[in-house]
Parts: sequence; structure tokens; C-alpha cells
Amino acid sequence: MTTQAFQRIYTKLQQITKATVTVQATGVGNEEMAMVSGRLSQVVKIMGDLVTLQIFSGTEDIGTDAEVVFLGRPPVLKVGEQLAGRFFNAFGQPIDGGPEVEGKEVEIGGPSVNPVRRMQPSELITTGIAGIDLNNTLVTGQKIPFFADPDQPFNQVMSLVALRAEADKIILGGMGLSNDDYLYYKSAFENAGVLDRIISFVNTTENPPVERLLVPDMCLAAAEYFAAEKNEKVLVLLTDMTLFCDALSIVSNRMDQIPSKDSMPGSLYSDLAKIYEKAVQFPDGGSITIVAVTTLSGGDITHAIPDNTGYITEGQLFLRRDSDISKVIVDPFRSLSRLKQLVIGKKTRADHPQVMNTAIRLYADAANAKTKMENGFDLTDYDERVLRFAKEYSLHLLAIDVNLEVDDMLDTTWSLFRKHFSKAEVGIKEEFMKIHWKE
Amino acid sequence: MTKGIVKGIIANLVLIEVDGPVSQNEICYIVKDDVKLMAEVIKVLKNIAYTQVFESTRGLRPGDIAEFSAHMLEVKLGPGMLSKNYDGLQDDLNKMEGVFLKKGEYTDPLDADVKWQFKPLAKPGDKVSGGHWLGEVPESWIAHKIMVPFYLSGNYQVKSIAEAGQYKVDDTIATLTNTQGKEITVTMVQKWPVKIPIKTYKEKPRPFKVMETGVRTIDTLNPMVEGGTGFIPGPFGCGKTVLQHAISKNADADLIIVAACGERANEVVELFVEFPELDDPRTGRKLMERTIIICNTSNMPVAAREASVYTAMTIAEYYRSMGLKVLLLADSTSRWAQALREMSNRMEELPGPDAFPMDLPAIISNFYSRAGYVILNNGSTGSITFIGTVSPAGGNLKEPVTESTKKAARCFYALSQQRADSKRYPAVDPIDSYSKYLEYDEVIENLNKLVSPTWVDDVLLAKNLLLRGRESYEQINILGDDGVPLVYHDRYWKSELIDRIILQQDGFDKIDQSTPMERQKYMLELILGICRTGFEFESFEEVMPYFIKMVNLCKQMNYAEFKSPDFHRFESELNETVAERRVK
Repeated sequence: MTTQAFQRIYTKLQQITKATVTVQATGVGNEEMAMVSGRLSQVVKIMGDLVTLQIFSGTEDIGTDAEVVFLGRPPVLKVGEQLAGRFFNAFGQPIDGGPEVEGKEVEIGGPSVNPVRRMQPSELITTGIAGIDLNNTLVTGQKIPFFADPDQPFNQVMSLVALRAEADKIILGGMGLSNDDYLYYKSAFENAGVLDRIISFVNTTENPPVERLLVPDMCLAAAEYFAAEKNEKVLVLLTDMTLFCDALSIVSNRMDQIPSKDSMPGSLYSDLAKIYEKAVQFPDGGSITIVAVTTLSGGDITHAIPDNTGYITEGQLFLRRDSDISKVIVDPFRSLSRLKQLVIGKKTRADHPQVMNTAIRLYADAANAKTKMENGFDLTDYDERVLRFAKEYSLHLLAIDVNLEVDDMLDTTWSLFRKHFSKAEVGIKEEFMKIHWKE
Repeated sequence: MTKGIVKGIIANLVLIEVDGPVSQNEICYIVKDDVKLMAEVIKVLKNIAYTQVFESTRGLRPGDIAEFSAHMLEVKLGPGMLSKNYDGLQDDLNKMEGVFLKKGEYTDPLDADVKWQFKPLAKPGDKVSGGHWLGEVPESWIAHKIMVPFYLSGNYQVKSIAEAGQYKVDDTIATLTNTQGKEITVTMVQKWPVKIPIKTYKEKPRPFKVMETGVRTIDTLNPMVEGGTGFIPGPFGCGKTVLQHAISKNADADLIIVAACGERANEVVELFVEFPELDDPRTGRKLMERTIIICNTSNMPVAAREASVYTAMTIAEYYRSMGLKVLLLADSTSRWAQALREMSNRMEELPGPDAFPMDLPAIISNFYSRAGYVILNNGSTGSITFIGTVSPAGGNLKEPVTESTKKAARCFYALSQQRADSKRYPAVDPIDSYSKYLEYDEVIENLNKLVSPTWVDDVLLAKNLLLRGRESYEQINILGDDGVPLVYHDRYWKSELIDRIILQQDGFDKIDQSTPMERQKYMLELILGICRTGFEFESFEEVMPYFIKMVNLCKQMNYAEFKSPDFHRFESELNETVAERRVK
């Protein structure tokens, strides 16, 4: 990004804050990119001839005589087949030592898809994890986050999902990723021999936080290229969206905006929606599916970040350590995939919805029985049986290390029903009982 | 015409220096290259108009020109709106080309070239005023009334009216004269500003007629009425949207308007895909033929989101003036409130609770008050029933949008996280929810006439049994299964029977998803019959298996075709089961 001839250079800065500078300039467009002392920045506010720029890498050491060059364009990414297998920073510059990508420039954070041109998502994405495939089935064109505490193995689960899901391209957006986790993903992809399907945009904790704001848009601009133009199935992994939101609040704070709940900007919902709503099933077969991570503090989902996210995404997945089997499971109560109704019992076996609901109902009964037990009450025979069922259900199905086909998951559940309960206690429609209840 | 020059840009707030008069809420267009971006004036300070742009402002520069239109944000009303998919500004989304939305593309909400079969209803010499029916055209299965433009509030006389025949929407179909003899030509199209209610009716009495939705937890326990208002608050994942969709599929209304306001695009796609396929149980036609979708999904511009609910309400008022029963659903009003908050924030207004604007309660109650049952000037009746969803931040019902809405709406369908977690759908909490209409004498009378003479008493009994069941459940949890009298178990399981058979409904089962009132009556009476029966148990361990057996049989009844052989087979099996332990 070098300076071109005949560009006007402004040198008189009027104001410098931690993240922004203000310069007197004319003929500048909103959201236009600029270089301030060689650092990339973007116009965020224009008042008469005073232009406020947000400097992604921070304003340390910028002087009032810094050179400001406007680039006359919004943020762009060069897209092409060459993106595959490469690692980039938040500005789309290679960080893997490879050459610059040749291709056409596309605006990032571009327009949204006309809702009437969207197709209804209808293709199942299998992961082999029963807590997902059986209870919270994923569908192409869906957007879903893991709500996880920072100590939970969400990066491992994400990479499992990425590797098992049959996507044409996998785009990793790392925001505030620790260097160790970045290397973990890199080696996981390398070991699986899928590096040629992977594109990564990474902002690690070593980079300035405000740079993160560009990562989701970069990922999705690349995703749109492959999904809309090449009709490919693209899976976008965004981790960690909480750190992205933190960067949003830093900028809004520097711009003196009135914070709303939990010090987040009032526009948090719209800001997140613009990202997540890029998940889409295109009419020509391409699709963008987004799996994100939102870390929670102390499991609090009422905090503004998970709360707004939950209202935008099509469900959420929770991980939990089950002490009865000492393994991490996908929590069946709090997890939900809203789009599962589009595929379960349609693309999967007809008994899927009822088996799923019944198992969860019985699992809920087990939770009640457990409370009873903990409070020192006597357990009934039914209580004892649901507890035994719940333990086996956790071990054979919910644990994240399980890798089964969907039909096998259903058969396993039926065999657990048969082992622990009477027909009446299970209470599934007669037509399914006839086929699957093996006396 | 007033013109202006862009002076400042902060996100979608644009400051324009004007050279003439401007009005609050006036629409202007900012010219950027070869496109025009629509914006609305939201504040004026000396010669600077603060406008919110209904599009992305990326690339706008100070010095760009703005043209003011001298009118507020309007919708275009006329035949051809049914089955359309509009965005929040009433652009026909299907007319837009390409997969991606283009900035500054506005399309005609009506079809200028379609011919409509017009039949006059008025004749020359008739005295008329705004809202008077001049004629009608068949629009799908609705007799779409062509009305005197609503803004003509005085006295007018019909000078001439077109003969029956085929006309396009812009053809003149009548000429009116006012008291001074001035002529006004009327076409099938009229425009109306969305923020102003259409009030060309005679009176707005209290609603009294029950409106069936096919959802048992609503119809049986907390009924909605024609012209009523209700809201559905709930944390995410509790099934707000699923419940609204269920209502829209089965509700007894002539016309459904769905305002998808700042919600997920895939949910709207579900409507686009399903509604043209689903049969309307009452007319036998496709659901889409009685539906208008206003769709401003969460990634579409935020200012247009605010406009979308008003656009929907204005279209509803237009159809109400034709004497139709309109059901308006808005999902979600919280997103609308958030759009207000974003703008208020950008204008640096002093914030109210949770940074929402101070006048939020007033704005919400004003909006809800536009619904209602009306008697038109010609004696016909029409109604707008409005049900909005609320997405409370953090699932906390003490937040400003929920609290303000609670003051404005008469029915409250509280979705509970706990019920959703245990998959008890629809997750409407039977204890917290209410319908104020159940206290209206005229509604009680209507229900008892419509369903059965003892209906309302039965409903109140069921509610009481549910409450007693919950109390017993709490006692059992505190004192333990054997620490409470046996009757507590009996009470708890009787309430479970009501809960699992009447309240829970399988929205994805073909038969169970919608229950006609006759069937609801049959099932409630059956269940209450069991609840009134005394049973003999030796110990508490016998209670649960026995009730589970009854629950299962009743469930199979719910899944069976009403009064089919299967249905009766399960019923007689149920009766045998009841007889086993009945106190002799």
C-alpha cells in the first residue's frame, strides 16, 4: 500500500486520542481508508472539514505533524483461488512468508443478500458428535456459536467440527487468538492434510486489539467469493467473538458514545447481526455456514455479548464437564440448533425428532432425581432408572469424543430406552415403537 | 423545493445544511453518484437538518447534494399488496435484481401494469368522505375496496364513477367535488404517511369477539380477541418465533401481516418457503394468498427497521378500513426499540433506562393503540389484532421494553426458559401469563355462547388446578416425596395432565399443531373430568406410573384425527384406566 502520485497529503492533526486522530481535510468519503504515518486507518466521523480516523494499530508515537494520505476507497480484500491454503493478518496481508495474492479487489463488509433470494437451508452438516448431530443438528447456511468458558476445550471441538464437516473451504478468523492456539489450529489442519482448503485471517494477542474489527469482514468477503461466485460450501470459524466485541467497545468509548448494557455500544446488536447474517444458502448451491465462539465470564449468558449473540444466531452450543463420566459433553439442555427441524426426520430417519425429545425429557427427569438425591430424599425405582440411563446416555452419546453416524446414534438411544424403561414411560408414537422397540 | 448540502456524517446520521424550510420527519434524498439514498429528518438545529439515512452511508462525502421531498415517509396503498414481500420501506423485494441488495434501489410496491376487475359501489351524487367505499376489485379472495383517499376528511360528492370493467391502478376511477365545486380525481392508489394513524372509522368499541389461533395454551387458557393486543416476551431459544408462526398459520383472520423486524433472515425465508405451500384451513387456498410480509432483517439498515413496523401497521389499517379482520405480527419489537436507541445515541440525547430514549414507553403504547376493533362509517366492522414479540436483554423481564409493553398490551404470553429447557413447548408459562380479556364481561358472554355455557368457569378451574399443582410440586421438592400427604402427589399429577395434554402441543405434528375450538372443548372437558375424579392410591409410588399411563393415552388422542376410530380406541382405553382406581 504505497502512496500514489498526485495524492494530497494532510499534515495538520487537530486531535489525537488513544485510538483516533482528527485531521482537517476535504473531499473525503465516509468509511474511506487512509494511511496515517504509514498506519492503516479508516474514516469514522466527518464534521464539516474535520475528519476523524480510527487507527487500527493505535496512535502511539503519532505526532501532530503526521502525514495523512487518503486512499479513496473503502477497505478491500483481493480475492481469488490463490487465497486457499494461506494465512493473513487482519488487513489481508500474508503472514506466512508467501507472496501477495493476485486477484480482484472486493469491498469488505459489503451489501447483504436480498432475503427473497435466499434459499432455505436444507443440507445436513454431520460432525460425528452426537451432542450436535443427534440433538442439535447443524445445517448449511446456519450460524451458531459455542458459548464456552475460557477454560473449556472449544478450540479442539471447533477444529473437530471443521475437519469432519465436508466443506469445500474452511475460513478461520482468529481474533485475539493466543499464539499457542493459532499454532494448534495450524498444525491440526496440516496434520489432517487439509491445508489447501483452509484460509486464515489471524489477529493474535500480540497484535493491537482494534485490528480485530476487520477480521470477520475479511473472512466473510473471502467466503462470499467462494460461495457466491464459485458455488462452494464454505465453513467460517470465528473465534473469539467476545474479544471482537471488546474491541468495539474500546472504539465507541474513545468516540465518547453513551454505552448501553455492560459498557457495550448501543449498536452491538446491529454490529453482530451484520456479521452473522452473512451466513446464507445461495440459490446456486454455494453456502456460508458460520460456527463461532463466544467466551463467557463465569457462565453468565445474560451479559450483553452472549445475549445479543443468542438473539441473532440460530441456536447455541454449550460445553459442560460431566463429573459422572468425567468427560466434556455437549449440554443437551441449554444447547439448541434452531435449524435442525429442517433436516431431522427429513434428511435423517423419521423417528429422529421423537427419539431426540424423549431422550432429553428423560435426561431432564434424571436431573430432577439428582437434585432429590443431593437433598437427601429417597429415590423411587423410576428415579434410579433415569439416573442409570442418564449416565449411559452421557457416556455413549453426549461425550464429545464419540464419533458415530446418525443412524447409529438413534439405534444406541433406542437400546438405552429398551434397557431402562417401559413402553409407557418412553411414550413415543406407536408407528415408531412398532419398528424400533425390539422386544 | 428545499435543497441541502451534506456537512457531517456519523454512521447513518447525516447532517445537512438546508437552503429553505424543512419539517420534522420529512423525507429527503442524498444524491451520491448516480444513486439517491433515502433519509428522514429527525432533528433540526438552525439551518442544519439531522437525518437518518435508510442505507449504508459508506462513501458519502461532505458537499454531496440532498433534495427534500416535502412529505413524510409514506406507503403506497392499493390493490396488489397481498402475497408481496416488502422491505421496511415498502419496496417490493421480488422486483429487485441480483442476489445482493443494491444501495439506493427503490421499487414500486404495486404493479402498474396489472388490470383489476373494478365494480362500482357508489354512484354519482353520493355524499362521501375519506375512507368511503367507492368500488371494489377482487384481490385474491378479498373484495378489495377502493376508497376515497383518507386525507379527504370533509364533505365531498361523487361527480362521476367509472363503469364496471378492467382498470390499472393509476387509472381514474372516480371524480369527486368538494363543497366549493373543486374537482378531485381518484385512482385506485393513495399514499399515507406511516407515522400517522388512519382514523376514518366511526367508533372503536371494546373488543369482544374471541379470535381462534389453534394454539391451545392461548385459545383455552388465555384467549386473544379480534382487535386485541398481546405480546410474547421470552429469552432466546424459548420459541417466540415458532409460536408466532403457529399463530399466523392457523389464526382466524382474513389477512395476516408479518413484520419481521430486525430478526434472522433464515426465519423469514422459512415463511417465504412454507407459506406458498401451506393450505389455509379456512379457505382451502394457500396461506401466502392472505399474507403480506414486511421484512427488514437484522443486517438491513437500522433506520429502515424502525420504519418497518409503521409500514406494517399502516397497511393493516388500510385493510381494516375495508371491513377486514387483520392479524398483525411483529417480531421483534425489541429490535425496533433498539433502532430507536441507536439513533438517540448518535444524536447524543440524554439517555433513559438502559440507554433507551426517554419517550420509549410513550412510543410503544402509541403504537399498540393503533390496533383495535372498529365500526366503520357504513356500519361494517374491521379489526387489527396485534401480537408483538419482545426479546428482553438477558431474559430479564424487568427491562424497559418489556415493562413498557406490559403497560400497553392486554395479553401477556410469558415464555419461560425452564419450560423450554425441559422441551415443554409452547413454553408459555401458564401461571405468569394472562389475558385481560378473560375479565371482560362481553368476552365471557361471547365465549360461553361460542363454546359451552360453562366454558369460562372450566377455564378458570383449569387455571386454578395448575396453580395448585405447582404449589404441591414445590412442597414435594422441599419436603420430599414421602414427607407430604398423598393428595399432594394427586394434585401435582392432575396439573401435569392438564399441562402435558392441553398446554403442550407438538408444533411439528400435522394433526397436533392446530386444534379447532370444538376439539379443545372436548379435550378440556375430558381432562377436567379426570381431574374431578377421586383416585385411590396406597402409596405415592403408585401415583406417577398411573398418571403417566393416562398422559400417554391422551397424547395418542392428540396425535389422532379427531373422533377417528383410533381416537375413540385410545379414549375407551383411557376410560378403562380411569375406572381402575376411581373411588367407588
